[in-house]
Amino acid sequence: MSADEAAAIAVDVSLRRGDFALEAAFAAGPGLTALFGRSGSGKTTLIDLVAGLARPDRGRIVAGGQVLVDTAARVFLPPHRRRIGVVFQDARLFPHLSVRQNLAYGRVFARRRHDPAQFAAVVGMLGIGALLDRRPAGLSGGERQRVAIGRALLAEPRLLLMDEPLAALDEARKAEILPYIERLRDEAGVPVVYVSHSVAEVARLAGTIVVLEGGRVAAAGPAEAILRRADLIPLHGEPGALLAMEVAGADPASGLVRLTGQAGQLLVPDLAHPPGTRVRVRVPARDVLVALDPPQGLSARNVLPGRIAALNPAETGVLVEIDCNGAILAARLTAAAVRDLALVPGREVVAIVKSAAIDPAGFGSGRPAVTI
Amino acid sequence: MSVGPGLIGLGPEEWQAVLLSLKVAAVATLASLPPGLAVAWLLARRRFPGRALLDGVVHLPLILPPVVTGYLLLLAFGRRGVFGAALAEAGIVFAFRWTGAALACAVMGFPLMVRAMRLSLEAVDRRLEQAAGSLGAPPLMVFLTVTLPLSLPGCLAGAVLAFAKAMGEFGATITFVSNIPGETQTLPSAIYTLTQVPGGEGAALSLTLVSVALSITALLVSEALAARAGRRLEAE
Repeated sequence: MSADEAAAIAVDVSLRRGDFALEAAFAAGPGLTALFGRSGSGKTTLIDLVAGLARPDRGRIVAGGQVLVDTAARVFLPPHRRRIGVVFQDARLFPHLSVRQNLAYGRVFARRRHDPAQFAAVVGMLGIGALLDRRPAGLSGGERQRVAIGRALLAEPRLLLMDEPLAALDEARKAEILPYIERLRDEAGVPVVYVSHSVAEVARLAGTIVVLEGGRVAAAGPAEAILRRADLIPLHGEPGALLAMEVAGADPASGLVRLTGQAGQLLVPDLAHPPGTRVRVRVPARDVLVALDPPQGLSARNVLPGRIAALNPAETGVLVEIDCNGAILAARLTAAAVRDLALVPGREVVAIVKSAAIDPAGFGSGRPAVTI
Repeated sequence: MSVGPGLIGLGPEEWQAVLLSLKVAAVATLASLPPGLAVAWLLARRRFPGRALLDGVVHLPLILPPVVTGYLLLLAFGRRGVFGAALAEAGIVFAFRWTGAALACAVMGFPLMVRAMRLSLEAVDRRLEQAAGSLGAPPLMVFLTVTLPLSLPGCLAGAVLAFAKAMGEFGATITFVSNIPGETQTLPSAIYTLTQVPGGEGAALSLTLVSVALSITALLVSEALAARAGRRLEAE
């Protein structure tokens, strides 16, 4: 079995439709892999190819050891035999069935006996126990999307595809459903491929990111590394570091909440996370300052010692990577500042982060990002 | 026949015609359902060579003079017909039997049934069918568990229309299987016969009222089912 066969999903396909050409190869392991890119970058086409709703001109798709498509060997598994769960942007619940019947729909075809414990576990994980006897027409957008996730999970897929599942929801509904997706990622044990054009969602959820641009894979790798790449700024807007941290407790002196992690300690305005909660914090590079010595008389609360790991030229200025005890922070500086401070790789510095720059609403929870 | 002779002026022969018509129309409708659904689904969901031809053939009875349809049926399914001779050996006879009347009614009602079913199948969101497929449902199960339930009111409305058409079918039936009391004399044939004999006007009028009542009932049922289908689609 090659590495591709062992991966949760390995894709190597090409397809041409009019002016649009897709030529993409990537592999994803367990956990949540984000397919990230602008609209028109080929994300949905890739989803259709994996789900079996479209055929590639050439290529091969393998999921969990099962060959789904292999044009060379003339293999094309029809959608219903792929065991690829799909959560669509528009939920697509069956309007003539109750929530309970919607959830049970795939089980019949998975040829599994009804397992009340698993049903209860999925219903509990998604918090949809009170909705079971209702009809989809009476549900809110967020509720529908949770039922759609449960329905896909209960069909026991080898892989779950989520096609912009939050794009049709307003901010409040997104905030309501994100924790459930984190639980899905951490508890369900099903690899997830998550399509999105939102940096915030991807930063919060993804372990691995595959960046698509113009039908090609522009970059792929661990979320932390992709999100601070200077050359991808046109795509993701603002680079930043992803830090895996834990809520240590309130800091009475400042009225802030103290987070601890590999990089050190951060004071942030937290809303509701109890001590012990593991969070992933996105620190935008534009909100990080670099000083040669620990500052005196400065309002910023968060001062993390580290050493320059790399200096990457960015569209405007320089993206400085700072290794803080193994965790990488990114700071966006002007070329002049880099010159004045004589920053070179290896140089010891302190990184300064404004507490208010960190948005607690964007905290991801659960395990830190999985890297492969 | 014991059913109320004299009631609204119907004699045993008239009652016989009404009951025969109901039987013929019911059999014609039920027998058309599976092929009607299959053809409607093919036209609604599949692109294949010969699709336009199939569409045209299905609609032919709607535009041909009924006498022509009846005569074509006679050529095909008469005792010496292209298929009739072979079927007769197998013990299936249509000529001058009530089964022939049912066949004629089925053919004449088929375009109406297929049209209504096709429209309601086309209205089913294909994305729901894709979702069902992604949950492991093979195509036939997708049809039975998603497509058919969602289009059921429209499909039933199509069946009701075909039934109403069968109750009123005259030209093709009388050409194909003649007008034999108790065997092929359906309601319209009986009315026609009564208008041709002296003193038959009273009975003809009674049968006409029965016919009007049955037609209006069928139309109301069809409208109610169509309205229900519309509501269901709006609820999504």
